[in-house]
Amino acid sequence: MGKLNCNLLNKSYGEVHALKNISFEVQDGELFGLIGPDGAGKTTLFRILTSLLLADSGTGSVAGLDIVKDYKELRNHIGYMPGKFSLYPDLTVEENLKFFATIFNTTVEENYKLVKPIYSQIEPFKNRRAGKLSGGMKQKLALSCALIHKPEVLFLDEPTTGVDPVSRKEFWEMLRQLKNEGITIVVSTPYMDEANLCDRIALIQHGEILSIDTPEEIVTQFPKKLYRMPIVETQNIASLQLTQLRKNPDIESVFMFGEYLHVTFKNDAARANNDLPLQEITPTIEDCFIALMNRV
Amino acid sequence: MNTVIETRDLTKKFGDFTAVDHIGFSVAKGEIFGFLGANGAGKTTAMRMLCGLSKPTSGQGLVAGYDIAKQSEQVKKNIGYMSQKFSLYEDLRVGENMRLYAGIYGVKDKLINPKIDETLAQLGLSAEKNTLVKELPLGWKQKLAFSVAIFHEPQIVFLDEPTGGVDPITRRQFWELIYEAAGRGITIFVTTHYMDEAEYCNRVSIMVDGRIDALDTPANLRKQFQAENMDEVFRKLARKAVRS
Repeated sequence: MGKLNCNLLNKSYGEVHALKNISFEVQDGELFGLIGPDGAGKTTLFRILTSLLLADSGTGSVAGLDIVKDYKELRNHIGYMPGKFSLYPDLTVEENLKFFATIFNTTVEENYKLVKPIYSQIEPFKNRRAGKLSGGMKQKLALSCALIHKPEVLFLDEPTTGVDPVSRKEFWEMLRQLKNEGITIVVSTPYMDEANLCDRIALIQHGEILSIDTPEEIVTQFPKKLYRMPIVETQNIASLQLTQLRKNPDIESVFMFGEYLHVTFKNDAARANNDLPLQEITPTIEDCFIALMNRV
Repeated sequence: MNTVIETRDLTKKFGDFTAVDHIGFSVAKGEIFGFLGANGAGKTTAMRMLCGLSKPTSGQGLVAGYDIAKQSEQVKKNIGYMSQKFSLYEDLRVGENMRLYAGIYGVKDKLINPKIDETLAQLGLSAEKNTLVKELPLGWKQKLAFSVAIFHEPQIVFLDEPTGGVDPITRRQFWELIYEAAGRGITIFVTTHYMDEAEYCNRVSIMVDGRIDALDTPANLRKQFQAENMDEVFRKLARKAVRS
């Protein structure tokens, strides 16, 4: 039994099948990532697992408690940070934190040690109203409030969306620290480069899990040899080069990746036919996601 | 060089706080210009001034040949704008959205219908003309939103994180639309948090604490900061930031 289990979860909104037979398990103390674009079903899944929404079918448990039958008790054991800022903008930083501590029947003092590394960064602004904080500070306050009752499992729905690359890295460092405190973390993100920071990930698209494993294992499952070649810089950057390569019958796929193109061939013989400035590389999670999308 | 954006000492203060601090740069016609910076660096404020939505405290800016302080209405008519958050009316049909925006930008009535059909054909969305926008997949919405933003053939289009949350294939298809528009001479001014996309720009500027601390081609920036990729360039610069 994992710390979190779900089995064949389904959810539809009218004709939209938002979740299709979702099953997975998260182990105690694991940092688990749900990676996928907007509309993949990440938020729906979070809302079901946190007992805020009922699935049409399927079952689930978190911290040993059933997500439907034991919903009241369950809520004492989990923390949830929604994608949208959901604190009280008219309360100060300190008031928000006290409020959340109180409704969970605890005090800020009791669990201060857990939130300290995060909360201490915004403590100088404790008398400022939450609505007046910068984006980064709001995020730290929201995380502090989701943690103040010392949850066993922490759910973070797209905590880094719209956040710049430097602040994103800092946020992931905070998550690593929380993991070291023994908290099980389930986090969703549309940024594929964050996958490598998780112990295990599920790649999700159109309500389906495309693959679920450690990031390293997902990369080794990439079906082809992957090559990169430099983009030839011209006025219209890559488009000409891209169009030509797409017409090449030996090439299976070609995509832009920063200053390189990533290329796969139909087979090794097809590769040998082409004298191109290629270098074999290890795929990224984004390469894997693209390959899995194309397979479906 | 045919310049479509030019700023000198452009500054915006809110009380004691200098959000944008004497920025000066120019963007050429048909260029894809990446406008990067950490959250809070001043990108949005700068962009609002360039779009004629906010008056500079001091300094000058010319956009599409118009003064952003004195001719903001003219600026607005000659630019397009698309953000990830809002662009299309979900409860209007595809054709109705295009008709609405074309009307707002003053495209002549008799030109609108043929252009709607032509644009939808290019996008491969002709069959969706009467579909409600809310029923379209996200990737189609993004492409449609971009086409709507350039429907009136503006000189410049401002794209504010246009690909946030989009799947990796759609994200790349979106950039192909950007190249195509730039090839037709439309200048692209784009913000993004995806550093691989910074590589797709002709030139990139990076804002730190209200100033532009770096501006060059991605290749030159990589060389200048001895970095392997734009992510590293960004990190080296943003680490210097004092404010967050």
